[in-house]
Amino acid sequence: MCLAVPMILVEKCSPAAGVVEMEGTRCGVDLSLTPDATVGDYLVVHAGFAIERLDRDEADARLQLFADMADLQRKAGQ
Amino acid sequence: MKYIDGFREKDAALWLNRQIAQAGDQLAARGRTVHLMEVCGSHTMAVSRSGIRETLPSSIRLLSGPGCPVCVTDAGYVDAAIRMAEQGAIIVTFGDMVRVPGSHQSLADVRAQGGDVRICYSPADALRVAAENPGREVVFLAIGFETTAAPVTTLIPSARQADIRNLSLLTAFKRVPPALEALVADEEVQVDGFICPAHVSAIIGAEAYRPCVEGHHLPCTICGFEPLDILYGIVDLAEQLVSGRAELVNQYSRVVRPGGNPAALQLFEKYLTVCDASWRGIGTIPDSGMAIRGEFVDMDAARRFGVSTEGGRPDPGCRCGDVLKGKIIPPDCPHFGHACTPPHPVGPCMVSSEGSCAAFYRYGGGR
Repeated sequence: MCLAVPMILVEKCSPAAGVVEMEGTRCGVDLSLTPDATVGDYLVVHAGFAIERLDRDEADARLQLFADMADLQRKAGQ
Repeated sequence: MKYIDGFREKDAALWLNRQIAQAGDQLAARGRTVHLMEVCGSHTMAVSRSGIRETLPSSIRLLSGPGCPVCVTDAGYVDAAIRMAEQGAIIVTFGDMVRVPGSHQSLADVRAQGGDVRICYSPADALRVAAENPGREVVFLAIGFETTAAPVTTLIPSARQADIRNLSLLTAFKRVPPALEALVADEEVQVDGFICPAHVSAIIGAEAYRPCVEGHHLPCTICGFEPLDILYGIVDLAEQLVSGRAELVNQYSRVVRPGGNPAALQLFEKYLTVCDASWRGIGTIPDSGMAIRGEFVDMDAARRFGVSTEGGRPDPGCRCGDVLKGKIIPPDCPHFGHACTPPHPVGPCMVSSEGSCAAFYRYGGGR
């Protein structure tokens, strides 16, 4: 099962091992597929491995797009 | 957390529903019903959980594809794992595989009879089990699409570095793009556009679907797993179909890059080789699998144990194959909800939490 929830890297113990956190829950993560990950990155974690970093600029742009749609919906509903 | 809640916002969903309805009206006015296939099992579960299927106009239908890794794993593969357990091996596997029926029984049955079958969270657990049991063979059930194949493949160099020789992999990795090609080529399958998987795409890259888009003039949109991601993907595909376009659109650019994950792709290149693969209920699809490359074949469990994964015989009444190809939806199967339920599954689609039948059983959504 793919987890859609990005987890934040809070500690990098070695080049290939770290600790991720999501809403207070922490767990170990293997970083061998994301060697460039740095503390503070949001990571997509699958089967204990970070498989990709979340691009925050892309995520924020998409969130803004959805926020704009929500505004349009509210105006249309008035 | 904004990276979760922001993708579930109600008013944006209503706006997207409005766009879908408009596209649906335009399709209906032309007498057209389009079939969009969500290929990934996690999309199937997200669609069912969020109730998206019920909000769609009748001219836009969602089909579930062969995107649940457990569901497409052959009965013969389960039989092979059972034979290894019977020979005394420790079987390490993700939880979903344990209850998948083989030709005669499941790994859960074997465990109840004293077989050593252990459920893991991460493939790295298999290394630990092997290190702790140096006198026994340990077999990791290496199934899954590219997303799972990448973490599992790290076991090959990791075992070598740690000089762990009692660990082997029973591989049945699957590749998504050849499966899409096979579905498009099947005249009995009606697909007008693909909702491409999110995290498979993170590994293989958005451009992997370009041949499907350009070769078959079929729109492909890569979506995340949140409700707004999926709704926006449906808007995109529906609007493409209304206007007769066929484009590759990456709606999940916050995670998926055009060229994929270089570290994962390098692992595939070094340790695996592309092969034909047998998909449960579908048959053999050329180049749709990955096996261990020759130099590392000492870690191939099938070879080490001299056991074949072919020749399995699933329940003859099971229609998982038709569900996996999108020919029927789960309630169309006579076993669904009667002989086949999550506690007593006949077919793999009812076993896995990602399976279409399990999703329909849990959340409803027949139409």
